Amino acid sequence: MLKIKFLLPLIAFVLLVALLAAGLSNDPRKVPSPLVGKPAPYFELPRLDDPSVKFNPQMLKGKVWLLNIWASWCVACRAEHPMFNQLAKQNIVDIVGFNYKDTNAEAKAWLRQLGNPYSVVVTDQKGLVGFDYGVYGVPETFFIDKKGIIRYKHIGPISYKDLNEIVIPLIKELRAEK
Amino acid sequence: MIPEFGQFALIMALIVAVLQTTLPLVGAAKNIPAWISVARPLAQAQFLALSVSFGCLVYIFIQNDFSVLYAANNSNTRLPLEFRISAVWGAHEGSLLLWALSLGVWTSAVAIFSKKVPDVMIARVLSVMGFISIGFILFILVTSNPFERIFPAPLEGRDLNPLLQDFGLIIHPPMLYMGYVGLSVAFAFAIAAMLAGKLDAAWARWSRPWTSIAWVFLTLGISLGSWWAYYELGWGGWWFWDPVENASFMPWLVATALIHSLAVTEKRGSLKAWTVLLAIFAFSLSLLGAFLVRSGVLTSVHSFASDPGRGLFILIFLVLVVGGSLALYAWRASAIKSNTRFSWFSKETALLLNNILLVVATATILLGTLYPLVIDALNLGKISVGPPYFNSVFIPIMVPLVALMGIGVFVRWKQDSIHRLKKHLLAYLAISLVLGTLSTMAMPTFTLGAMIGTTLAWWVVLNMGSSFKQRFKTKAISWDGLKKTPRAIYGMHIAHIGIAVFTVGVTLTSIYSTEKDVLLIPGESYSLAGYDFKFIDSKRIIGPNYEGERAHVIVSKDGVVIADMEPEKRIYTVQRSPMTEAAIDAGLFRDLFVAMGEPRGDKGGWALRLYHKPFIRWIWLGTLIMGFGGLLAATDKRYRKAK
Repeated sequence: MLKIKFLLPLIAFVLLVALLAAGLSNDPRKVPSPLVGKPAPYFELPRLDDPSVKFNPQMLKGKVWLLNIWASWCVACRAEHPMFNQLAKQNIVDIVGFNYKDTNAEAKAWLRQLGNPYSVVVTDQKGLVGFDYGVYGVPETFFIDKKGIIRYKHIGPISYKDLNEIVIPLIKELRAEK
Repeated sequence: MIPEFGQFALIMALIVAVLQTTLPLVGAAKNIPAWISVARPLAQAQFLALSVSFGCLVYIFIQNDFSVLYAANNSNTRLPLEFRISAVWGAHEGSLLLWALSLGVWTSAVAIFSKKVPDVMIARVLSVMGFISIGFILFILVTSNPFERIFPAPLEGRDLNPLLQDFGLIIHPPMLYMGYVGLSVAFAFAIAAMLAGKLDAAWARWSRPWTSIAWVFLTLGISLGSWWAYYELGWGGWWFWDPVENASFMPWLVATALIHSLAVTEKRGSLKAWTVLLAIFAFSLSLLGAFLVRSGVLTSVHSFASDPGRGLFILIFLVLVVGGSLALYAWRASAIKSNTRFSWFSKETALLLNNILLVVATATILLGTLYPLVIDALNLGKISVGPPYFNSVFIPIMVPLVALMGIGVFVRWKQDSIHRLKKHLLAYLAISLVLGTLSTMAMPTFTLGAMIGTTLAWWVVLNMGSSFKQRFKTKAISWDGLKKTPRAIYGMHIAHIGIAVFTVGVTLTSIYSTEKDVLLIPGESYSLAGYDFKFIDSKRIIGPNYEGERAHVIVSKDGVVIADMEPEKRIYTVQRSPMTEAAIDAGLFRDLFVAMGEPRGDKGGWALRLYHKPFIRWIWLGTLIMGFGGLLAATDKRYRKAK
């Protein structure tokens, strides 16, 4: 004689397993970006160091560059920041910092404390341009080639391993292109 | 040869585990005494084989045998000896072996210390534990073999992650694993009782000390992790609601509920089905935690090696263990007849409320942890759930729980009247409110949150004191009376006082902490919360496997020097990863904390992060007191009796 109420835990567990199985086939770090292979969306945003000066992606045409989305409130950004400091020392790529939904004072304090690897930092306090880039989590890093096309998008913090196994080889590859 | 020997020992452990699972189970079902009696020796043999295997891995690390892939990836000849040993569990493969070894320790302990429990029962318990062991050893051998060789062997290893080169990380994982795996004992007792069809109070009594000990390990393991995060990560935080932290906190909450419901089942014979379910939940959440951490389905700041193949293995194992036990539960629990009734105002009700609050708290954390998975599975995008969610749902559940503690301790079993307790409780509520208000007035500013927190803490402490004193009725408290008081009574009161201390720590730290990022050149100072931090200078340092800078900061208050602080910024030479070693001046009522940022300018200036953290030590002090209380309760003589 089985009572239904004692079956409920088992039923709940079956649902949980279905969810976990679905979770296994989805990689939380791999989100196909519809932007890969397309030109980097145009924007004009104020610079952090001098908000009266604007920056736009056209200024880096002909160069390989990275667009790193970060914010001072983001813990994972703190983890990946030393990797950008290292990368900046190698002088092989321009890194544009994209300060997302942040305040200028906090962003500046953050850079003072952790170092500034960026060639230029632009601010998007309301997240309007971030929307064009499909930003849904911070940090994210876009790799843009000499023609201004987005070639790769890295989601989540860049680890030491990512830096050496993905980031640097890809930059070298993009630099070798005409 | 040693790596092959270690692997061979692990295979032997697997074979013994298979025997330990099958023979006693069949023996118990068919009543074959010889098969029942092999359970204990087989448990010891399995433990021996696991110890040999683990010992081999430790030896490989001490000897710097980099022909073993796992050692080459996680150790280095310049790593100091104590870290070469702790590097054994510094990554995925070795920490799983440690998991398996902890299970061996518990199995062996159950075999030794349960002489009074009937042999048939122990045979079933050891059989269930053997089954869990099979799963984990197979997992190691199939997906994560720590003894795998590489050819040619590298001359030097890739070094242990610098974050893990720390004393806290030497003992944090073993403690935590002992806690996780310790919950398998109550689980095994519950399953064994269901297999036997005897869901009476006996299994609850036998499980109680084991559950308490596992809970103590879990409490200390989690708080060590929190302490480590505080001083090593240099962010000044002590809890981040990260998925991996949640994975350890959920079993803790359910284990806490289980400790309370076991008391009801043992003493009153009530809540039988519920207690069995909690025992299953507690261990299942340990396994779920392992799945979440090892499979890579969730992103976390704890970067473990993870891959979907491993995740699939654990998922299948989870289905077998949890699905099997819940199916058994659906079948057996239907047969339980409840013959005890209790009134709505009784200790049973209070403990049931405690259980409901703890389980609801667990469910909200589980929801927040799995929500990103749900959204992803439904193709609605990717999100992450952070501290704002957890704080806003968790704290409102904890406030009534702590308030309930002060009442529950006085209420009688079966039936009590509010009338009897009304006067006492109202008086104590008034005193607590006054003391809480006074305590908050001693803080820099008066906030409602701090008043609620300190009032709750006083409420718990006063009621625990009064409840303890009531044991002596009208008599004066005598040395003789104190000696006769069972340890469980001491343990219960002390653990709850630990909660009060913890509450004070959490409340005051989160409300009154101040922090500031400052740029200082040598000779300059900055004042924070009444303390003057003077930056003297910064010097180059060279360590065994790192190099870096060490700053010298002198802290004074009203012109009196209080502390010399020397935070460091290190670059570990092999992995080239920078590490911040914060300097902390610890005190009972406040911590001062200085972390180095980046060098600035050409005058030797540095960006420094300064913190003033009032009462933060009380968080870990509270957990230590809880753990001590749990230990006293677990070692009570009453549990070692047969009946």
